[in-house]
Amino acid sequence: MGTSRSAQSWTCGLSDSASDAVVRAFRDERAAVLATLIRHVGDFQLAEDAVQDAYAAAIRSWPRDGVPANPGAWLTVTARRRAIDRLRRDRSVADRAERLAELVRLDQQEHRTISEESSIVDDRLRLIFTCCHPALDVSARVALTLRALGGLTTGEIAHAFLVSEPTMGKRIVRAKQKIAAAHIPYKVPRDEELPERLRGVLRVVYLIFNEGYSATGGERLVREGLCEEAVRLGLLLRQLMPDDAEVWGLLALMLLHDARRAARVDEQGRYLAIAEQDRSRWDRARILEGLRALERSVRLRHPGEYQLQAAITALQMDEEPDWRQIADFYSALVKLTPTAVVKLNRAVAVGFADGPRAGLDLLAPLLRDPVLARYQPLYAAHAELLKRAGDRHGAARAYQTAIQLSANVVERVELERRLRDL
Amino acid sequence: MSQYMLLLYTTEEEEAADRTAEMPMWLELNRSLEESGLLTATGRLHLSTTATTVSAISGEVELTDGPFAITKEVLVGYYVIEAETLDQAVGVARRIPLIRYGHVEVRPVMDLRLE
Repeated sequence: MGTSRSAQSWTCGLSDSASDAVVRAFRDERAAVLATLIRHVGDFQLAEDAVQDAYAAAIRSWPRDGVPANPGAWLTVTARRRAIDRLRRDRSVADRAERLAELVRLDQQEHRTISEESSIVDDRLRLIFTCCHPALDVSARVALTLRALGGLTTGEIAHAFLVSEPTMGKRIVRAKQKIAAAHIPYKVPRDEELPERLRGVLRVVYLIFNEGYSATGGERLVREGLCEEAVRLGLLLRQLMPDDAEVWGLLALMLLHDARRAARVDEQGRYLAIAEQDRSRWDRARILEGLRALERSVRLRHPGEYQLQAAITALQMDEEPDWRQIADFYSALVKLTPTAVVKLNRAVAVGFADGPRAGLDLLAPLLRDPVLARYQPLYAAHAELLKRAGDRHGAARAYQTAIQLSANVVERVELERRLRDL
Repeated sequence: MSQYMLLLYTTEEEEAADRTAEMPMWLELNRSLEESGLLTATGRLHLSTTATTVSAISGEVELTDGPFAITKEVLVGYYVIEAETLDQAVGVARRIPLIRYGHVEVRPVMDLRLE
């Protein structure tokens, strides 16, 4: 089972142009080549090993023979031949003869169709659905997606998720074994399953994004790389499924958050609400890209949770936020995803739109819910609303509860400051 | 004659251990059962890490990675089915009425045909 290396570590010492070409091909073509090869060989691990062989071959032959006109096609053909070699050597595979015959047939036939754009698109889409299959553990879905489609090495993924490389390696190997043994299919789900399965894929991508976005500690730089990977996956999904409103919605949401990445925390590492952020540190180009994606999503006339969240984020980024509309979007969002966080945010938005009393009315049922008894943000929001309603004693009590429940020093200091300022 | 189901249990460590040395004993057992006409079906399962558990106790059908492991529930039945993919097998599991009040573990059976 080969551990992977990044393209850079392979190519040091090569002539510049050929080395650049391999690095570029690794970054731009690997997911597509791997996706196609998995379809051809029907085995994740074998395909990965063969693709790695093909890149090693490119490093040897491109400086000598020149960079091929179509690097992706060259890599696919080479990887398929390496897979044939590997299968011939490996006698432990149960249906080896059938697979070999199929591969050899493809090798003789498919030269003409190999670079057809549509089949490459389909292959990557199939691969996403395999990596995000609901029968795999969520942490394995995330790791496999990053590994196969994002092109991160196992070591980089382990680092970003703060686990050891052997632990992450085991997780990935186990997932691949399950894909092979349980025959997790390599295909785009049927129409009736597609919406649910696509939701699962988008959830994995957003999970990757949030993992990076919530990183504020010492590992921040490494983990923020996950935001970039998630945005890249969002862009890929947009290319593969351009008619889905939620695909555009998620892309918009990630871009609108990512545009404010540099401004989201202060020097102490404290999270800043959108209104508190230094707008000069926002990435204007990214915001425009996000707004354009949101527009596309809205035009598809199929509002979902990501589109609504993106719309709310966009509205909150206005200098004078339209709280009435934000509150309405939150009410729509509560119907789709009735989680405590969404309900809390709706109460806060209504508190701004219709006054603190209206917000407090919506907060009341949440305060009675025993499941949320230790949910710190609930008490911080309660305190803010009580303060604005003029109930200073109530606000002080709520701040004290929030301070007791706070696990984060920076956050606690901020809450104590607000309590003193009452 | 009645039918009996013999359920084989062991630990994860033993499950993953190499069993080559005892293969003759398994083969001998299976051969003699077959010859005496007593064997209905037998199979070796893939590792428990390849299992998927299906349940709708929460109201919605949920898949979980890994074997079923709550000891309060007891084994009440089984199906051995043919399916092209895990999705097909899970599709059958979804149709089993028990998932509303129990769990169905879907486990691939090893293909022991030799090349």
